[in-house]
Amino acid sequence: MTNDEISAFLKQAIDENRVMLFMKGTPEQPACGFSARAAGALNALGVQYAALDILPDQRIREELSGLSGWPTIPQLFVDKELVGGSDIIIEMYESGELAELLGVEQPEAVEAAPEPEPVRQAPIGLENRLD
Amino acid sequence: MPTPAELQERIEAALPGAEVSVDDLTGGGDHFRAEIVSDRFAGLSRIQQHKLVYDVFGPEIGGAIHALSIKTSTPGATS
Repeated sequence: MTNDEISAFLKQAIDENRVMLFMKGTPEQPACGFSARAAGALNALGVQYAALDILPDQRIREELSGLSGWPTIPQLFVDKELVGGSDIIIEMYESGELAELLGVEQPEAVEAAPEPEPVRQAPIGLENRLD
Repeated sequence: MPTPAELQERIEAALPGAEVSVDDLTGGGDHFRAEIVSDRFAGLSRIQQHKLVYDVFGPEIGGAIHALSIKTSTPGATS
């Protein structure tokens, strides 16, 4: 798979999923504390979102940062726009701005994370196409 | 290996007048937390504010600086 194909895949994932989280690991098994917090905030809000693990190939992260201009992981996109990384996601979650952006109710207890909603895989498994 | 003091100096140099504090979160010299108060952030979105800080370090973010957690605000702003 070429870098251009990876980039096209990432664009497609952003275009086709209203709430798209790029992270290290998966929401069920995050591989980094920052990614875990980002997924945790979305889980707590009970929104449906797609998640893509960037770890299977170094080029995924490189191409993603090229598209977004953002150097770190996680990265959250809503309506094709970069919302931010974990610091911004958590700040906006705690202030209620993230709930507002996503059109959901802010949980009464921000600390209490309910059971996660089912997570959609990104449209096509990227891992299987890297070889 | 970058130190918190070095990161602080570089942010201060890039954002003159900013109030900057940097902590080494793990003691390992690669996970940092920076809190920055600067009037340069006025009128900018959070994304733009954080990018100003990331831009100080360019490709070192994700390299020598594995993680840089950022909190930005403007003088007088509550949180």
